[in-house]
Amino acid sequence: MQNILSVQSLTKKFDDFTAVKDISFNVETGSIFAFLGPNGAGKSTTIKMLTTVLKPTSGKISINGFNVLKEQDQARASFGIVFQDPSLDEELTAYENIVYHAVIYKVPKKERDERIKKALEIVGLWNRREDYVKNYSGGMKRRLEIARALVHYPKILFLDEPTVGLDPQTRNSIWSHIRGLNKEKGMTIFLTTHYMEEAEAVADQIAIIDHGKIIESGTVEEIKKRTETQSLEEAFLKLTGRDIRDDNIGDKTRKRRGIRRRIRH
Amino acid sequence: MIEVIYILWLRQLKHYWRSKPRLLGSLGQPLLFLVTFGFGFGPMYASASGGGNYLDFLAPGIVSMSILFTAVFSGLEVIWDRQFGFLKETMVAPISRTEIMIGKTLGGATIAMIQGLIVLSLTYVLGFRILSLASLALGLVFMFLIAIFFTGLGLAIASMMKDMQGFQLIMNFLIMPIFFLSGALFPLENLPKAIYFISRIDPLTYGVDGLRGAIAGMSTFGVFNDLVVIGLLSVLVCTVGAFLFSKVEA
Repeated sequence: MQNILSVQSLTKKFDDFTAVKDISFNVETGSIFAFLGPNGAGKSTTIKMLTTVLKPTSGKISINGFNVLKEQDQARASFGIVFQDPSLDEELTAYENIVYHAVIYKVPKKERDERIKKALEIVGLWNRREDYVKNYSGGMKRRLEIARALVHYPKILFLDEPTVGLDPQTRNSIWSHIRGLNKEKGMTIFLTTHYMEEAEAVADQIAIIDHGKIIESGTVEEIKKRTETQSLEEAFLKLTGRDIRDDNIGDKTRKRRGIRRRIRH
Repeated sequence: MIEVIYILWLRQLKHYWRSKPRLLGSLGQPLLFLVTFGFGFGPMYASASGGGNYLDFLAPGIVSMSILFTAVFSGLEVIWDRQFGFLKETMVAPISRTEIMIGKTLGGATIAMIQGLIVLSLTYVLGFRILSLASLALGLVFMFLIAIFFTGLGLAIASMMKDMQGFQLIMNFLIMPIFFLSGALFPLENLPKAIYFISRIDPLTYGVDGLRGAIAGMSTFGVFNDLVVIGLLSVLVCTVGAFLFSKVEA
């Protein structure tokens, strides 16, 4: 099996705080990979490094055979991303948001209309394409972001908590779309989520990160077996403890970053 | 390349066009300045200059002012993009940072130009007359360069700011002094040494002087010199901006 994503000794330091400590893992082409961990474990920081938003302190990342640090544009053209925080332009219509995306990802002009239509149909927003995004509900915005990430036919799709804050209907429909993309198009999916039952249901491979380190990885069955638990949720709690994590408590850097993050919302 | 720049440009124009209150609101200040300063200082200027018309002096200054503010605001809009998360969408795309910089600069500069043209037509209503069609053409060149320079400056500042908290600082300690000491409102002659010095390192000084030379026939440094200075500064600020932009982490 080939690896579409390969990470070696990835580390990220913020001033005096190390968010990600020397992690390494591979994601097989065509698989669904779940990246799990408590709040503040380093999931989003890792995703940001994988998707060129943050520069790693050290380490190597390769996506679709491209060095993410050196061949940024080729790497960027190979992945799609749905960020944890919203990233739509609310003053534009849904259609305009997707056209913007198609142009900056250099989707050939001839194919643009067709691909946009398909992507919007997949998430059931074709009829609402002329609406301003500011008039969309939370679930519709999420679906639009997923549709947008599909327009340039990414080889690997990063989903950072794609279903957070959504009702069960929307969550189900999003997961069925994602599974469909994986099965029909062979698209590799890299996701993070706090819903363990969702990860258990969809993921081929799982890695659990805590305090910036990967503490367990394998298939759901392997992890359950090793931790001697019945479900992924139990395994997760056993591995990461039952203490409640707070993103914003810790050393000074952490506090500052936490406060900044809250203001941004 | 061209299409990427075009779509970035188009997005900013759509924002501008769809926000009618902003469009109207931003005309209030230039109009207020034109009327109050124009009629307030007019008689004083006339007697001090031996019969000069203050509106001829003031109009190019107020046109420059509206371009200055609109351009800087457009540049700083990137900070909103960052806060609303949209900047990430642009930054993870497989396009060069220079393309992003050019698209955003042209977008902001176009809006500032439109705003400047609206104010220029307001001055016409108040009685200001441009010398000739040729001088209007040269005036447009200056308006465009002022717009480019200050949008680029706004973008460069925005790429170093995390949020809007530093906005007042930028306005009160950078943009307002740039405006007041540019010669937009009063002639830069017989000034105290310190003020004289600051006015000479103020980029807008050369924009205002060139625009005034072009459309009102009054210039301190000579239109050609102004053109060279503001032209070179625009290139410089865009280069620095593109460099800073390449370092931005969304």
